[in-house]
Amino acid sequence: MVVSPNPNQSKRPSRLLPLVLYVTIALVVLPVVIVASSLLTPSTVVWRHLAQTILPMLLGNTALLLLGVSAGTLVIGTGLAWLITAFDFPGRRQFRWMLVLPMAIPAYVMGFIYMALFDFAGPFHTFVRSTWGQDAYFPQIRSGWGAILVMTLTLYPYVYLLAKAGFEEQAGSNFEAAKALGSSKLRAFFTIALPLARPSIAAGVALAAMESLADFATVRYFNFPTVADGILRVWHGMMDLGAASELAGLLALFSLFLLLIEHRNRGRMKYYQSRGKLPGIPVVRLGGWTAALATLCCALTLFAAFGLPLLQLLVWAVRELAILTPAVMATYWRLAVNSLTLASLAGGLVVLLALIVASLSRLSGRRTLQNLSRLVTIGYAIPGAVIAVGILLPLAFLDHSLNIMTSELWGFAPGLLFTGSLVGLMYAYIVRFMAIAYSSVDASMEKITPNTVLAARALGANARRVLFDVQLPLIMPGVLAGAVLVFVDVMKELPITVMMRPMGYDTLAVWVWQMAAESLWTSTALPALIIVLVGLVPIKILLEASSAGDKKHIG
Amino acid sequence: MNMHCLLPIRDLHPGYVTLSGIQKKFGAIDAVHNVDLNIARGEFFSLLGPSGCGKTTTLRLLAGLEDLDGGEIKIDGQTVALAGKNVPPEKRGVGIVFQDYALFPHLSVFANVAFGLYGMGKADIKLRVEQMLDLVGLQSSAQKYPHELSGGQRQRVALARTLAPCPSVVLLDEPFSNLDAELRDALRQETKEILRASGSTVILVTHDQEEALSLSDRVGVMNAGRLEQVGTPYDIYHQPATRFVANFVGKADFFPAVLQEGLVVAAIGSFAVEQQLAGVREIDLMVRPDDVVLAPENEGTGTIVAVKFLGGDAIYQVMLSDQTTLHSQRMSANLLPVGTQVEVKINLPHVVYFPR
Repeated sequence: MVVSPNPNQSKRPSRLLPLVLYVTIALVVLPVVIVASSLLTPSTVVWRHLAQTILPMLLGNTALLLLGVSAGTLVIGTGLAWLITAFDFPGRRQFRWMLVLPMAIPAYVMGFIYMALFDFAGPFHTFVRSTWGQDAYFPQIRSGWGAILVMTLTLYPYVYLLAKAGFEEQAGSNFEAAKALGSSKLRAFFTIALPLARPSIAAGVALAAMESLADFATVRYFNFPTVADGILRVWHGMMDLGAASELAGLLALFSLFLLLIEHRNRGRMKYYQSRGKLPGIPVVRLGGWTAALATLCCALTLFAAFGLPLLQLLVWAVRELAILTPAVMATYWRLAVNSLTLASLAGGLVVLLALIVASLSRLSGRRTLQNLSRLVTIGYAIPGAVIAVGILLPLAFLDHSLNIMTSELWGFAPGLLFTGSLVGLMYAYIVRFMAIAYSSVDASMEKITPNTVLAARALGANARRVLFDVQLPLIMPGVLAGAVLVFVDVMKELPITVMMRPMGYDTLAVWVWQMAAESLWTSTALPALIIVLVGLVPIKILLEASSAGDKKHIG
Repeated sequence: MNMHCLLPIRDLHPGYVTLSGIQKKFGAIDAVHNVDLNIARGEFFSLLGPSGCGKTTTLRLLAGLEDLDGGEIKIDGQTVALAGKNVPPEKRGVGIVFQDYALFPHLSVFANVAFGLYGMGKADIKLRVEQMLDLVGLQSSAQKYPHELSGGQRQRVALARTLAPCPSVVLLDEPFSNLDAELRDALRQETKEILRASGSTVILVTHDQEEALSLSDRVGVMNAGRLEQVGTPYDIYHQPATRFVANFVGKADFFPAVLQEGLVVAAIGSFAVEQQLAGVREIDLMVRPDDVVLAPENEGTGTIVAVKFLGGDAIYQVMLSDQTTLHSQRMSANLLPVGTQVEVKINLPHVVYFPR
């Protein structure tokens, strides 16, 4: 199963390997194709009704959310990245990694915490009213602006990380040449540093925008329905798969547009990377009030996006613990077990498939097949609700025909084998999270150069020893990291789980969303806290990987 | 396993490694075409040629990393490759040092060197690895990992790893091309000494003529899948067998001449040769820059049109009265300026010519 670049073997013609690959790729791409094709089919009555009533609003809200989150993450993410790259101030070293932490808090958790804190009955609003009177102005959090603010706060780390990489990879000589030619530092930033980092920044903004597009829970708290929310409403409220799939097709168009932006800029990033051992952009040491201002900017962002929500969760958790009954405890336990089961199952399954696809496409030694394999990663850009609809359609059809067939042949119906079980759910997770596992596994295989394997064989190692002593140890870290990342993402995942879980199979994330929608804040605290803590794991992996990269630069 | 394979065995009797008529095709391309080669035990042999000439393919055929299409390879009397019957690389006992070294990144230096000693007793492995690290001067780095080593150190680990299981032949695939010029020179000599001390039979593949000429007992020059000439570095340079070899190894000018009755007659002079062939033949006479002596002379037949200063030496480009140009390499102590009229004298220790 693992790479074997030995020419003696790769020459053996095999038709089975490409077939396995084709089937896997087709299965992953299928839901996207189904959803996209539903745009071409005639509309149903419900769809026409939608188009006349809420569709224009859904589209407008979605566009506004995209614009707002893009602008917000662009300014905050790029600004902080520049601050950290080009200036030195108290706390810079700590802020450098801590500013990534808000990633651990899903938007649907951050969302209801902000609702609780800033809504009419919340402590801030109450404080303003009691100080300045009943008519004192306080911005309405339950609005599009609230949703944009919350999503910007949880999603800016994408832009921050990529912009930081874009700045840190630049050779400082460009920047210094601009200054030697008479530019101020500010002008050099806008004319040199920013344009050079633009592909990275654009890719980061596109990623953040994709996430905001996929969200349905947060926008629902803030009463700002978008297309993703519309899909769930149509699905749950009207049970009209046709209309849901047309909405999903619409959403898929948005995300393909973002995917295009991201892909184009990812490609361009290559040209700007690797300044090698050249010095980077010179760091200016700030002093006095400018230093204080820089520290304050970082500290405020971190407080708003991580400290405050975490604090609020802890307060609720303590309150909840005081009144915890065995029955509630048992519920939490059941939720945790469900979450863990789904996450581990999905983590193992997705990584296994990624391993198969990555090694088979390498083994084939064919360029076209290797490029085709990249298609399995498309899911990261497609909102969960779209994938869910794209899978529910064929599986529901399968269930339906299977039941008809068996009842005609043997007079019994097996029930909903696919849509009512974990099969559909796992399928959707595979489509959505394959990209994470695949890139992790693929990168680890990249480390095994053909010569590594040949060297082992020239030293007398047989195929078994090559596999166990050379290949597996080399790819194991990548496989494990891939499994952990998928595990964590499934723990946090909401739209797919909400739409495709077997009846009554609730998870921590589903529970948090349902309780938050009912404003039962304290009941969300413990499950939400677990989700946030688990979410810190990939950040640790990420930071370790990037610090390993730093070390490589020094060496 | 023979623990004493470090003792130099240098009988130099030919036929330790033999390649007879080996062939390798990639699609329609003849990567290696009918190559015959005989290498002695303990010999340091180089395959020299431009990129794409088939030298690396020949090396990979020897190691068993490619399958032979025709011919036969024998090592120490044993057939290791025949078309359709190839001993896999792990059964050949051939050691190979790759261009990128291919060290195992997840294993320490010690474990890398010990990799090929699988199946030996623990104490024996330890002894052998220490012996090898001693040989390459890396005793203190045994517990380090490849990424903690410098380029030169990595190369020495690769060498130690290859030598540890006492390979019958050591193959080196452009092992110095990844290093910077300064390090390269030092490592070449060091590597040669290590390999000499181990008594290994070595086949080096390189495109660098200086490397091949300075390290090897014998050199084989390859071009377009064919072996053009095999000989000592001296012969390769002074008695090139083909025009390609004359051009690829060192610099050469060619002059139209005729061969008649033991004499080569060209515009620049006449030279005696041993061949006594009947009739007259049109040939090209090869002249190396170091065979051309210049003397400043107002009435001289040549004019210096360009000077390339190399430090100790200088290369002059001289235009003769019949508009042909030739090159002369002289010591630079008495540098002649461009425009100087010179008398050109050709001093041929070996008269080399090719049919036109």
